[in-house]
Amino acid sequence: MDFLATLFTDFGAQILSSVTAAFAIAALGLNLHFGYTGLLNIGQAGFMLLGAYGFAITVELGGGFWLGALIAILAAVAFAFILGLPTLKLRGDYLAIVTIAAAEIIRIVGGNQALAPITGGVAGIGGNKFQPVFTALSPFPKTGLFTIGPFTYPFSQGDSWWLRIVAWAVVLILALLTFLLVRSPWGRVVRGIREDEDAVRSLGKNVYSYKLQSLVLGGVMGAIGGVIYILSSSVQPDSLGRTTTFLLYTCLLLGGAATVFGPILGAFLYFVVIIGIQDAVTQFVPSSIVNQQQIPQLTFIVVGIGLMLLVIFRPQGILGNKKELSFGD
Amino acid sequence: MTDTTTHPVEYEFDRVELRKKLATVPQEPGSSKPDAILSVDRIVRKFGGVTAVDVDHLEVQRGAITALIGPNGAGKTTFFNLITGFDKPSSAKPAFRSGDEYAAWKFNGRSLTSTSAFRVAQAGMVRTFQLTKALERMTVMDNMLLGSQDQSGERLTQALLRPLWRAKEAAIRAKAEDLLDRFKLLDKKNDYAGSLSGGQRKLLEMARALMSDPAMIMLDEPMAGVNPALTQSLLGHIESLRDLGTTVLFVEHDMHMVRHISDWVVVMAEGLIVAEGPPENVMQHQAVVDAYLGSHHDQDLGDDSVLNEDFEAAAAQEAIERGKVESE
Repeated sequence: MDFLATLFTDFGAQILSSVTAAFAIAALGLNLHFGYTGLLNIGQAGFMLLGAYGFAITVELGGGFWLGALIAILAAVAFAFILGLPTLKLRGDYLAIVTIAAAEIIRIVGGNQALAPITGGVAGIGGNKFQPVFTALSPFPKTGLFTIGPFTYPFSQGDSWWLRIVAWAVVLILALLTFLLVRSPWGRVVRGIREDEDAVRSLGKNVYSYKLQSLVLGGVMGAIGGVIYILSSSVQPDSLGRTTTFLLYTCLLLGGAATVFGPILGAFLYFVVIIGIQDAVTQFVPSSIVNQQQIPQLTFIVVGIGLMLLVIFRPQGILGNKKELSFGD
Repeated sequence: MTDTTTHPVEYEFDRVELRKKLATVPQEPGSSKPDAILSVDRIVRKFGGVTAVDVDHLEVQRGAITALIGPNGAGKTTFFNLITGFDKPSSAKPAFRSGDEYAAWKFNGRSLTSTSAFRVAQAGMVRTFQLTKALERMTVMDNMLLGSQDQSGERLTQALLRPLWRAKEAAIRAKAEDLLDRFKLLDKKNDYAGSLSGGQRKLLEMARALMSDPAMIMLDEPMAGVNPALTQSLLGHIESLRDLGTTVLFVEHDMHMVRHISDWVVVMAEGLIVAEGPPENVMQHQAVVDAYLGSHHDQDLGDDSVLNEDFEAAAAQEAIERGKVESE
């Protein structure tokens, strides 16, 4: 019984967490790219990292919260244009290659020791450099802890209630935005592009422009996710690498691509599954078989197998419509 | 732009009149028509060393059904791709240069020489594809609605606010239902296009192209893979398009269909236009017979009399030469 109580407390904590919200936001952006427009962006983590750097560096230089957020968004827009302008006229595979390479470039340049005065190098930018501007916006007491049930977090500082509320509010706003977009004629064109570009072109739509719009919008969502992600911790280039992009795809496919709530549900489930496996292994498997260091690796193995089973037996994800979306044909 | 996509009223709807007019047109490649909606000049497309299309001049009569025929590999589909902007002529005008030696084509009085595929469609020349491109994982209705142009809701800035596009959406939905009814697809409107049969997809593609009221519709093999029962109703649809004032240009292999509905036939072979004329006459044209059957089709190549008279002497000479080589 003790175990179940711990498990459900851990579930609740993880679901409330701003990191889950950050993943949900970035996955919403990826959903716009991959689920609706059919753009294979394998560099969503690059958009997140760029947003995180844009925000943190601006704030560090004294720009304040709002300027920081604006710079994060503008950086993502510029990045999407740089990636999209040359590649979106070509076949889809080129975008995939370019995005994964560009995301790696950002991570490696960010971690470069020569840039340490700006980006902090591999160590990154500490949370104390940019978190205060966010705390300052909080309507709650600036110090102290607050408890609801089993969850105790600071009011406004660091990994706080304030951050959780803002993060999930942003998730809801962006989900609403996605909903409004995809039910509109704009969404119809974009889904048409996913099916067959040439057919949509023959009907008089500027396919290139629509793809670019989608890439920019989803990329901006990625950057916002990046900012939320770092607000509870610090900017570290290696924490937003290729793995993050693939985790986002896992969330998206788990919940169901081309659905509004799929990516959010996927982010919930992904973290819940991870926590569940970790808690269960810690509880029931003796440390002589699997020790504490091996648990995360074991978790990834289980998640990988789960993803394979998902693709084979339920390719449309949990919320997806099988007729509309499956990976193969 | 809306003006060019709606039908000008001065169209010649009367088929008998139209045919009379066309009968006066000289029956030779590149002849000029009394009222050309599309005129094409110097379109050349080379794939490496092969010249797939080399059309010096072609005019398409407004309001008529023009068939483009020719044996396999004649360059018909490539020619379609070129004039609809899906491919670029090798003879295209380079940037910042002008001159009469480059490709040029005019549609409805507008130059389309250096425009992309979507602008060609916006100008009122909408095409279908040889391999049907139904958007399979979208409903039939969504397919249709996508065909309509000038939707404000397709602009990102207005997409979020439904009141801005609700009226237009309702109007095009009504129009789509009307068209689906004509094409006998209305009861399928909520099905995914991927669940339709091949023939129904052809119908859907044609209906979708009509959503924008094109001045000219270009059909690439509309009958390929369609069962004979459906062929008849497709023919009816194409004829009714012409009667409503749409110019039709189509590629087809089915000679019965060509003879049955077209007002004018253009024959291509090896990238060139070899003949033009009304369907009754053009099939008898020597160039057409040669294109389809080969220019030696009535000669027996096994007949020794066609061989060189000196053949036997030459063969004897060769035998002597070979004998010399072997003895050495």
